[in-house]
Amino acid sequence: MIPEVGNFLLIMAFINAIFLGTLSFYGAQTSHQGLIRFTTRAAVSIFVLVLASFICLTISFINNDFSVAYVANHSNSQLPVYYRISAVWGAHEGSLLLWVLILTGWMAAVAIFSKSLPKDLVARVLGVMGLVAVGFIAFTLFTSNPFERVLPFIPIDGADLNPLLQDFGLIVHPPMLYMGYVGFSVVFAFAIAGLLQGNLDHKWARWSRPWTTVAWIFMSLGIALGSWWAYYELGWGGWWFWDPVENASFMPWLAGTALIHSLAATEKRGVFKSWTVLLAILTFSLSLLGTFLVRSGVLTSVHSFANDPVRGRFILIFLGIVVGASLLVYALQSSKIRSKTNFGLYSRETALLFNNALLAVVTFMVLLGTLHPLIQEAFTGGKSSVGPPYFNLMFSIFMIPILILMPIGQQINWKQESLKPLLTKFWLWAISSFLLAIAIVVVLGDLQPMAIIGTTLGLWVLAGCAKYILGQAGKNASLTAGMKKISRSYWGMIVAHLGVAVTVLGVVLTSYFSLEKNIKIRQGETVQVEDFKVEFYDFKNTQGPNYISSAGSFRIYSDSEVLTELHPEKRKYNASRMVMTEADIDAGLFRDIYMVMGEPLEDGAWAVSVYYKPFVRWIWLGAIFMALGGVLAISDKRYREKRRLKKQNAAPSDGLAKAGSEEADNE
Amino acid sequence: MKAHRRNKLIAILAGLVLLAGAVALVLFALSENINHFYPPTEVAQGKAPMDRTIRVGGLVSYNSVKRDNDGLNVEFQITDNQNTMMIQYEGILPDLFKEGQGVIAEGKLVTADRLVATKVLAKHDEKYMPPEIEQSLEKYGHPVQSKTTDN
Repeated sequence: MIPEVGNFLLIMAFINAIFLGTLSFYGAQTSHQGLIRFTTRAAVSIFVLVLASFICLTISFINNDFSVAYVANHSNSQLPVYYRISAVWGAHEGSLLLWVLILTGWMAAVAIFSKSLPKDLVARVLGVMGLVAVGFIAFTLFTSNPFERVLPFIPIDGADLNPLLQDFGLIVHPPMLYMGYVGFSVVFAFAIAGLLQGNLDHKWARWSRPWTTVAWIFMSLGIALGSWWAYYELGWGGWWFWDPVENASFMPWLAGTALIHSLAATEKRGVFKSWTVLLAILTFSLSLLGTFLVRSGVLTSVHSFANDPVRGRFILIFLGIVVGASLLVYALQSSKIRSKTNFGLYSRETALLFNNALLAVVTFMVLLGTLHPLIQEAFTGGKSSVGPPYFNLMFSIFMIPILILMPIGQQINWKQESLKPLLTKFWLWAISSFLLAIAIVVVLGDLQPMAIIGTTLGLWVLAGCAKYILGQAGKNASLTAGMKKISRSYWGMIVAHLGVAVTVLGVVLTSYFSLEKNIKIRQGETVQVEDFKVEFYDFKNTQGPNYISSAGSFRIYSDSEVLTELHPEKRKYNASRMVMTEADIDAGLFRDIYMVMGEPLEDGAWAVSVYYKPFVRWIWLGAIFMALGGVLAISDKRYREKRRLKKQNAAPSDGLAKAGSEEADNE
Repeated sequence: MKAHRRNKLIAILAGLVLLAGAVALVLFALSENINHFYPPTEVAQGKAPMDRTIRVGGLVSYNSVKRDNDGLNVEFQITDNQNTMMIQYEGILPDLFKEGQGVIAEGKLVTADRLVATKVLAKHDEKYMPPEIEQSLEKYGHPVQSKTTDN
């Protein structure tokens, strides 16, 4: 019964979304107040319907209702209850429902938090999101319905959730990532609504900016979580593989990062308006492309899931319609957009222009590398793949100028600045970064030129942040007084850039100074691995909730001192008969020691892998800083101002614009 | 020319130079790093180059996995049901590596039918067959069928 209710609720949501996606535009066009009021209510009610439908599916999982095909294929009665809940989004159908849930959640949020915006604009924004929702709910209902029953032969037990996904990482990673992916639909909807209305002023940028930042925060955390999960779960010690599925999430993130920066320029200075709009469209299009790549399985990926060409075709057609229609609207309406262009060559506008150009190029090169096998296949029929060296090389080449310009860009003034005094202040910082980088590299290992360049750049960005804070202190009585003067949104920028520096340092130092060894070891034996000794002192078989575990116990020595004890496992899952390696990691701020059980060899020996990974945690720590930066930026005074003004009911949009422009001059 | 026009021109030119440079670099890097896929039959026909990184794939033949006992070398045979080839790998094989299942190996050929792999991919999902292998099995895996279509 419950699955049917869920299905029915989803159909109701579908019908509502069709109404929302059509009546909103009609209402906004004819200024029909009743219809405009309907849009906000419809948006909220669609969310409630989808949420209820999602809960129905969750209940089916908790109750082990194996008459539902999706539950039978991805759950098992032995599965602990928290994994039964996360199994809801453990495979295609359920993760689509989660996608729809999050999309409608964003839609409801726009409806609720946009009371101070012009009503007809909000109606159009919700209309665009409603149309996106129509597409995705149709996709769920017609090609991947999670509520389908297996009747009349109900399986006695389920096939179990893929053991790789029985992990904390899976509970949090997909929802986070989807919040990001789908969150970019808000700025997309604002862009399309603005284009349709034909008046894209700086207010447009102001309204869509916090939404974009929130989506970007989730996306940053989602990608970092995915990377961290792959690191400890896949047992290769790798944290990024340039796999098509990873690239699928990375491309919208890169475009979204560019968008955040160009939105800043558009909001503060009224420049790059039409580019910003185009970027908003492209960012969401990349999100949809990502969905297509992940869900269609056209590319061979280490993350491949079972797939079905019909689904791929559906998303491809949907992608074509969305991208085609929005680019058409852009082509027809963008001539109405007027940008200001009065800025000097040495100005923050130019710096942001470089930021956007470089990020766009990086996005493009990731896109090309990801899609190349498809293009190649279309022309020659041969299968191929693009190797990580391509991505590593290209990414480094374009990241270098981005990182060089970052500290300068964050300090240069809007409009006009004389370059010479600005640069002279930076010399000392640049030289100190370089010397410190050499020192770090010498301590960790060989003097490799690329490692020195990368470390220098990471430190250079750190130095830029420090220099800015100290500069503010210089203008004021003390450091704390200076720090208090810095606005929240500025703190956001500094912290996010600090995060970039931390991630860069993590990536560079891990890539160049990691130690990876495969050894053969018997119980009771001690083996020398470079500077460490590994002792295999115990081996046990134990019973887990739905698996049997074989765990080795190892001690790692440096000289004669015990560094850590590790217990990597091999698990055999009862239902699926799959064997999984569970790495054991001794995590630290400056290094991880990572061990994996490989295969049992003859006479009681095991093949095991030992990894020593310096600074690997910094990769994800940096992402946390980036997200924190985003949080600081959206907690800025001017967004709270909006709420205060709304309460006073005093001409909200005008007051907002005024408060904002004063603020802009202060900065 | 007015200042802002000049600036615009500089910005556009800088953009174009950057773009041209980027495209050239991308194309060069791509041509160096494309790993073509070859099923065992095409390797046997000598279509695969010897000195480049390539990908091969097929089903792991039953009882073909041999482990070297004093090191971590492992050898196995893959097949597309028409031809076979040997894969040599040093390290720990992925969890889903199993005899009878589809795998992809990336590396270089050392002899006409032996590849030294730097990476072995097996799939997360045991029901999943990499599209490359599925196609090559369709193409080469059923010799009887392909004969009838040839006629």
